[in-house]
Formats: sequence, C-alpha cells, structure tokens
Amino acid sequence: MAARTDVIVRIPSPLRPLTGGQGEVSGKPGTLRALIDDLERTYPGMKSRLCEDDGTLRRFINVFVNEEDIRFLEGLDTALEPGTRVSILPAVAGG
Amino acid sequence: MSYLLGLRCRACGRRSALAPVHVCADCLGPLGVEYDYAAIARGVRRADFSAGPTSMWRYRALLPVGDDTPIIDLGTGFTPLLRADNLGRALGLKHVYVKNDAVNPTYSFKDRVVSVAVSAALEFGCSTVACASTGNLAASVAAHAAKANLPSYVFIPADLEPAKVINTAIYGTNLVSVRGSYDQVNRLCSEVADAFGWAFVNINLRPFYAEGSKTLAYETAEQLGWRAPDHVVAPIAGGSVLTKIAKGFSEFRDLGFIPARALRVSGAQAAGCAPVSLAFLSGAEHVSPVRANTIAKSLAIGNPADGDFALRTIRESGGGAEMATDEEIIAGMQLLASTEGIFAETAGGVTVACARKLAASGRIDPEELVVLYITGNGLKTPDVVTSLLAPAREIEPTLEAFEQTMAGAVA
Repeated sequence: MAARTDVIVRIPSPLRPLTGGQGEVSGKPGTLRALIDDLERTYPGMKSRLCEDDGTLRRFINVFVNEEDIRFLEGLDTALEPGTRVSILPAVAGG
Repeated sequence: MSYLLGLRCRACGRRSALAPVHVCADCLGPLGVEYDYAAIARGVRRADFSAGPTSMWRYRALLPVGDDTPIIDLGTGFTPLLRADNLGRALGLKHVYVKNDAVNPTYSFKDRVVSVAVSAALEFGCSTVACASTGNLAASVAAHAAKANLPSYVFIPADLEPAKVINTAIYGTNLVSVRGSYDQVNRLCSEVADAFGWAFVNINLRPFYAEGSKTLAYETAEQLGWRAPDHVVAPIAGGSVLTKIAKGFSEFRDLGFIPARALRVSGAQAAGCAPVSLAFLSGAEHVSPVRANTIAKSLAIGNPADGDFALRTIRESGGGAEMATDEEIIAGMQLLASTEGIFAETAGGVTVACARKLAASGRIDPEELVVLYITGNGLKTPDVVTSLLAPAREIEPTLEAFEQTMAGAVA
C-alpha cells in the first residue's frame, strides 16, 4: 500500500512484465524526470521503454499527472508532490 | 478468403500475432494489421467487388477478418457519392462530389469501423465491447453490440449533444457520462481497458477498427468508375479517417484496381481544436496537443494519436489543411443543405467550410475532381442551427390568411 508521502504510478499492461505484473507502483516525490530514473533503479529496463536515448519521452507514450497531460504542464520537469497520481499510457485516440 | 497476415507496429515494424492488442510490446507504438497483398493481387478482381454485397463488406478481402469471422453488419456503407454542382459553383470548383455517410445505420461513418471491430471482437471471443466516444461511435457500438448480443459500455463526455445521447441509449447499452473532455474520457478508457479487459473498439481493437475507414476510399473509387479523385477533403478528429482514406486509395492503386495518379489529401478541422492544421500551417514537424473548444464536438480531440500520420499524409500528397470557426461551421452546414439537400452534422460543416477556404487559397484547383467526405448526420447536432433557421409562416387555416401572408401582410 502506497504511503501518502509517495507518488502513485499507474503502469500500463505492456510494461507490467517489468514490474512483476503490478499495475500500480510507488515512487518518490520530485520531478517526473527523477521519478523515471527512480523507476529504472527498482524496475531495470523501464527507462529505455519510456525514453529515447537522449532522455526525451518516446513519441507514443503519454504521461498524465493528476489526470493532466504533462505537455500542458512542464513536461519531464513537472513537479510531483506527495500523493500525486502519475499515469503512463500508450498514446491512442478515437472518436 | 482471408488475406490477413498479422499485426505490425507502425512505428518500429515489429510483427506480432493477431490479437485484441493495439500497442507494440517493444516500442509502445501503434499496431496496424498486415495483409498478403501479393496473394490479393493474384486472387482478387474488381469483378469480385462488384459481385459482392451492396455494403462495405463487398471489400472483405481487404478488411481484417478471417474466413470464419461472424460479420456483424447493419447494412453499412456503399453510401451515395453525389455530384454536387450547386455546391461546386458556390465554392468556385467545377467537379465536386459529396460522399454522404450521414445515411449509415446509426447515421455516421462510424458504422464502418464498428462493424469491423465488433466482428473482430466476436472472433477473439470478447465478452463485452466498449468505447470512448464523442458521440457517433457510442451510437454505433451500442447498435452493433445489440445486433451481436453482446453487452456494451460506452463512455461519453457529460456535455454531449442530447440527440447523440438518445441515439446511443436507445439500443440498450450501458452509458457512462464522464465529467470531462473527450481527451479525459479517452485517457480514462485506456485505464479501464487495462483494468477490466473489455474490448474497447477504438483502443485495444483499434488496429482492426481503423481499417473500416478504408472502405470510404474503395467505394469512392468504384463509384467514380474505378478511378481515384484528384483531391479529397476529410475532417480530422483522431486523424485515423484521413490516413485510412489515403491508404485505401493507395492499396487500390498498388493492386492495380485503379490507375496510378496523384491524389491530394486535405484535412479539415475546427478552429477551436485544430492541432493538425496548426502543425501544417506552421511547418511544425509534429502535432502538439491543444485543449478543445468548438461546437464541432465530434472533432474535439485535442490529442489525436494519428495526428502525425495525418500530417505526413497531407504533406506528402501536396494537400493542405484548414480550420473553421463556429460561425463558419454553421454556415458550412447551411450551405451544404441549401445547395445539395444534405443535412450534415457540425463535422460536415467543418469539411465544407474548410473546402471553401482551400478553394479560395488555390490549394484545391478549380479543375480538380474533388470529393468531400461527409461523416455524420445533421440530426445529431440540431441545436447549433435551431436559432438560425427561418421561422415558419404561422397562419390561420384559411385561404385568405395564406393569400395575405403571400402578399406580405400579417394574417
């Protein structure tokens, strides 16, 4: 169970093999960029699935912080307070 | 005969087996379906299409279903392709046609993609179908699920037009009204799809779903006498329709069903939600998301996942992209209705208004054979025009009263 001091991260199904099947993991508050590095330490291989070699987010990944698209926030520099919900999702849209 | 080979990532090219999956396990890019085009070229003739049903399913060989897939069809497609000379004159174009998908079973082109997706869902043994929708998809999913005897859940933004809500609820679906924008509904549904394992037609069934739009191109080609137009104008919401229309024409060309000729593909968006048009007009390499704010709710997708594909298709074909304000959208709806007798929803108004701008700027040449894709019926969005329509002449039930009103006096 995530403590209220943690950041809660929803993991999409394609990445759950890296988290031992968990759909929700915890992370430390800070920037999103730091969170990804944090996830990489706990779940090796995660960063290269999310980011290009230059550290930018891969084209088909969307990240939401408290349901807001990070492209409307500060991107990877978006600050994550304790209790923040981060949702990582493959990009998709329909109508 | 099914020519389906499997799934292939549209970003990295990795192949995988047919499954209700939309995301590449390697790069998380979007999956598409792959066909054995060589076998199609050997085994399929134009006469086979002509001999098929008078619906989208005459093109079954190029749709992602197996030989034994149960096809759930409400009688979709092979919609009218109408020569629109009155509209052409108003736009300054000599050869305009309108592909009228307002007349499909649930009154939008969505019946094409849903017919494919629900058929595929049955093939995969899915027990529940669902969707995130700006309205048209919801109605189509609900109706096809009813026909397939499957439960369905449709997720819509809470501020959706009442006509669309009724047009969906009537089929007996489970309607979930979300207090948020379409983009928020969509994001939520990705999470629900992961959590509940339902067959979301435009999420985990998307590779199959999207292929249905190619039939808009196939029908146009056949109805024009086995040729492509010179120019097409399609509305852009998620970006899939424009991309798949182009794919449909290029498949027909590569398979030798139509002559090779240049086809310009132009996109139409609402000014209040025009991420693709903005990227095109600014020369940007990629589409950036926007917050949608437009009366064209069916196009109110601020984060179109096929946006980059649509942008590339427009640029590579030499087409253009435009955007229409709310006033221009309504004027476009009225123009189409008063010149050609077709009542389109706001998305149709967007397409007509943008075609006007593309013609005025010279992006569409007056000599080109142009097809405008009208994707939904006006009765879905009646509220936007109600206040603008001329009031009826109200009279007493007497001949004198009528004669007086014709003479201009009050009866």
